[in-house]
Amino acid sequence: MALYFTKEHEWVKLEGSQATVGISDHAAHELGDITFVELPQIGKTVKQFDTLAGIESVKAASDIYSPVSGKVAEVNATLEDTPEVVNESAEDAGWICKLDGVNSAELANLMDAAAYAEFLKGLE
Amino acid sequence: MGYCANTPEEIREMLAVIGAGSVEELFAPIPAELRAKSFDLPAGISEFELMQVMRGKAAAGGADVVPFIGGGIYDHIIPAAVDHLSGRAEFYTAYTPYQPECSQGTLQALFEYQTAICRLTGMEASNASLYDGGTAVAEAALMAMRITGRSKVVLDASVNPLHREVLSGYLARLAEVPQVAPKGCDSDLTRLMASIDGDTAAVIVQNPNFFGSVADLAALAAKAHELGALLIVSLYPIAAGLVKSPGEMGADIVIGDGQSLGNPVSFGGPYFGFITTRKRFIRNLPGRIVGETVDKNGKRGYVLTLQAREQHIKRQKATSNICSNQGLCALRGLIFLSALGKDGFAELASLNHDKAEYAKSLLAKIKGVSVVNAGATFNEFTVSLPGNAAQVVEKLLASGVAAGVPAGGYYPGMENALVVTVTEKRTKAEIDRLATLLEDALCN
Repeated sequence: MALYFTKEHEWVKLEGSQATVGISDHAAHELGDITFVELPQIGKTVKQFDTLAGIESVKAASDIYSPVSGKVAEVNATLEDTPEVVNESAEDAGWICKLDGVNSAELANLMDAAAYAEFLKGLE
Repeated sequence: MGYCANTPEEIREMLAVIGAGSVEELFAPIPAELRAKSFDLPAGISEFELMQVMRGKAAAGGADVVPFIGGGIYDHIIPAAVDHLSGRAEFYTAYTPYQPECSQGTLQALFEYQTAICRLTGMEASNASLYDGGTAVAEAALMAMRITGRSKVVLDASVNPLHREVLSGYLARLAEVPQVAPKGCDSDLTRLMASIDGDTAAVIVQNPNFFGSVADLAALAAKAHELGALLIVSLYPIAAGLVKSPGEMGADIVIGDGQSLGNPVSFGGPYFGFITTRKRFIRNLPGRIVGETVDKNGKRGYVLTLQAREQHIKRQKATSNICSNQGLCALRGLIFLSALGKDGFAELASLNHDKAEYAKSLLAKIKGVSVVNAGATFNEFTVSLPGNAAQVVEKLLASGVAAGVPAGGYYPGMENALVVTVTEKRTKAEIDRLATLLEDALCN
């Protein structure tokens, strides 16, 4: 399944009704060395584009917004001790959490990889 | 504090820079009702004369009274090194420094302060201090609410009443705060445990409690953890020299007033508060944290760390709006602890306990007087008198002894209860005198 992106640089990958969420390679690069990922509480319910988690780097402290609505089913606990995994592999091993009960119709509000690449060009 | 006189010329220059016509005009924006009507001081006298006037005022205000008062603020020894070192110009500021390149001494001192407070409380992480004991209780409750995402705080009513008042002010619109009344003078651990549920962020107790009773909190900690709640313990730091540390008993956040560590008793401060926690909660600590690092040449150095929690970066999402802190008072605490050392500190705690036990045994012999604490106490205990405790205290004041804190002012129905504190500074003669005066006052 392909990745979809938000304008706030989160990505989501949907498998059935479960979504895996993270921040984009571009965001991880822009943030610089990531020092802490504030993972969401398991069981927390979020709406699309609500604050989901937090991330801190040597440069900034930022919110991570949820690309889709759902309920937090799992968090990437390896980030608690090794947040640098987000720098190394933002769009794969550096995933933040998994959401259950996701409606695929919400993907229509997001960008696919090609559109996101275009969007990034516009930011340069 | 130094006596700095300004010449009329200097005052004119300063006012000209500010753009105020007179000193009166400078203070004009402060509403009249908030300004002192008079400082009751003679105008234009020499430093020597002024000292005489002030000494006279201090004596009239009770500075010579022998205090058996505690209730959160305690009369302890202060080694001369504390005044001398904390008064050095390099240290003499209340602020934690942002610029590590010009503040290594202060940063190192605060780093060592954090280490000392962690060892004292049996915890893993400390910040660089808070305002005082009351705000520390409130910051700990807010921290527990952030960590657990819950908004109910179970409060032992034998936590210092003044601290509970500060907590109510902070949490009025943020949390439900059920209070659990003590059983006699002891914290009611059974009811505290029964009050914790799945919505509880934390249970707050004080050890020793306001009445001086010491409790083992291990079972309370276990019960809190079973339900996903945290245990917050307010600690009188001197007691840590003798009583099992809150960390050993399973506390998640330990707080308290640091005044007893090298800061003199004065009318409301300045004192300092402390807060320590487990390593896994460090990002939820409020205020400044000093960390150790290495510079580009590999040499050890100190910096303010984890600053992304703070308001200058995280704005409204910061862990707390604490900005400046009580660096100078905390430094005094560190120097006090360093001067005493581990053994000296334990000896100090034993002295407090032993003298209080002696006083307890003397007072218990007086007809109509009984000790209310059911179990162990440290240097503070509660006696029940045959009459109103506040009136007895008034009587003894006339003889130059402050017998204790009457509990009735804070606990309706306990008008006959008197909380007595005996620190290492009280001599055998003073304790004997307290007993004699009390006996006389009750017989007549």
